[in-house]
Amino acid sequence: MADIAPGPVAPFEGPFGWTPDNAAEADRIIALYPEGRQASAVMPLLWLAQGQMADATGSAWLPVPVIEFVANQVGMPYIRVYEVASFYTMYNLAPVGRYHVQVCGTTPCQLRGSDDIMRACKDKGLKKGANTPDGLFTLSEVECLGACANAPMVQINADNYEDLTYETMTAIIDALARGETPAAGSQIGRTASCPEGGPTTLVEFA
Amino acid sequence: MLADKDRIFTNLYGFQPWNLEAARKRGDWEDTKSLLAGGPDAIIDAIKASGLRGRGGAGFPTGMKWSFMPKTPNPARPSYLVINADESEPGSCKDREIIRHDPHKLIEGALVAGFAMRATAAYIYIRGEYIREAETLFAAVREAYAAGLIGKNACGSGYDFDVVVHRGAGAYICGEETAMLESLEGKKGQPRLKPPFPAGAGLYGNPTTVNNVESIAVAPTILRRGPAWFAAIGRPKNEGTKLFQISGHVNKPCVVEEAMGLPFRELIDTHCGGIRGGWDNLLAVIPGGSSVPLVPADQIADAPMDFDGLKDLKSGLGTAAVIVMDKSTDIVRAIARLSYFYKHESCGQCTPCREGTGWMWRVMERLVTGDAEPHEIDLLLEVTTEIEGHTICALGDAAAWPIQGLIRHFRPEIEGRIARRKGFIQVPEMIAAE
Repeated sequence: MADIAPGPVAPFEGPFGWTPDNAAEADRIIALYPEGRQASAVMPLLWLAQGQMADATGSAWLPVPVIEFVANQVGMPYIRVYEVASFYTMYNLAPVGRYHVQVCGTTPCQLRGSDDIMRACKDKGLKKGANTPDGLFTLSEVECLGACANAPMVQINADNYEDLTYETMTAIIDALARGETPAAGSQIGRTASCPEGGPTTLVEFA
Repeated sequence: MLADKDRIFTNLYGFQPWNLEAARKRGDWEDTKSLLAGGPDAIIDAIKASGLRGRGGAGFPTGMKWSFMPKTPNPARPSYLVINADESEPGSCKDREIIRHDPHKLIEGALVAGFAMRATAAYIYIRGEYIREAETLFAAVREAYAAGLIGKNACGSGYDFDVVVHRGAGAYICGEETAMLESLEGKKGQPRLKPPFPAGAGLYGNPTTVNNVESIAVAPTILRRGPAWFAAIGRPKNEGTKLFQISGHVNKPCVVEEAMGLPFRELIDTHCGGIRGGWDNLLAVIPGGSSVPLVPADQIADAPMDFDGLKDLKSGLGTAAVIVMDKSTDIVRAIARLSYFYKHESCGQCTPCREGTGWMWRVMERLVTGDAEPHEIDLLLEVTTEIEGHTICALGDAAAWPIQGLIRHFRPEIEGRIARRKGFIQVPEMIAAE
């Protein structure tokens, strides 16, 4: 479960409805699943709705009216959809900042220095489980994000920043605060999970 | 060391594009129709003969798993292939590389495997946090549909086969096969009681087989090059190549495809630039992802990295996620962090796991500082055995095993912390004489 406790939350002035593009996308998603199984679309639709909230309000989260809207569309009782939204960590039941900084703290990252990454975030004024007063950042410690050969890493919104140090993490937060988009991926110039300094296999392909 | 000509994942690091054009140049989708021409049973027999064991952790023979599916499916109950791309086991990061750099291997594998088990569709369940990776996979599936490789009359074979990519949303438990099916049906990911097994009643109550990404992605290459080629790599009952993911205290962490059974030392020296601080600085290794017990340095150094070789060390190959820890590691804290992980990821369905993972984590946190009584070590060990085997799925076991491994191999370290905190002994911490 997410570290951010659900509620009390900022009021959301509904009603919620899809943008034309997202309405078409929602129909496409529902059609992917067999007849009568439209409940399978609940997770993609919640994600789509959360993305629309981010575009519209700057905060990717799911207020109650949005959950109700999705429940109606897939024909599920509200409580079943709320169960789903509260079970999976990627659905935010409270507003988050424009940049959701998710620091991986599980053992493989911990061994490579995720404590330093967390400290860099805190030194920049971010607080675990909270939004910064300017609404720009939310800091969470998350469980293994599956980039262990590039540890330590953070995920900020859709992008991974890998092979971090205290200094590079600080620079990324500074850049985001200035409105820039720092380059994602390895921060020491590695290609994906290739060994540092070049591949030991399939060298002719590199 | 595995020869380059025997590598399956030739674009592991993404030096080339992932797209269909580049994938075709690497040999994917080459006359797939002829792979299907021999019929489903020929494919299953070939996979059986190759010795391929499931790459998701349990190591169950893949061909045998496929053969459990109905031979004459009821049209009212179509069979499904579900591909487990919910890679969440701490240490594991191989499926990510396949999906973002070689997605067509996976999609072609889905067609071949789906055809072999007479399925009408494959659902690829990719973990929610793989956002960019999912974008690549969505695009690759669109390419494959547009080229007529999947969909109606896939590859001109006369077989109709759909591939649907479904994203998770951040729950480790959805990597358990029945929890994955629940999640695909739009529910909380809570595992189902077995039986019925998914091959009898799986997704939407229909016959279903769940396979790991790597197991599926290697299938077309095995069929093209022949099962004998695959079976000649590795050791008996542990055949083939495997993606190893090395993280932690090595000089150059990486993901690399190697032969099964390669000694640990050779794996690390060849691809990872050795252990940080040299081999004398190695403390312990978790050889197969967080769920398997750790192995101390002296036992792992020359051990073969495969299912049976690591089982002999009371550990396991798991997903071949090798987490290396040198002597600077606070080993108790490292395992306590894993206990926190399992506490966080318990779905809350079974009492022993829901209550037990939290209890074990709280005790582990006290053991980190030594704020405990000596008898609590045995109490903790006993509680792990009460959780293990008493839950619907294996998450309870997975939470218990790392702690059991820690106590088995590092009991004096834990006792020492308790004693030092209590002031029983005045000796300073052990420092290697270097």
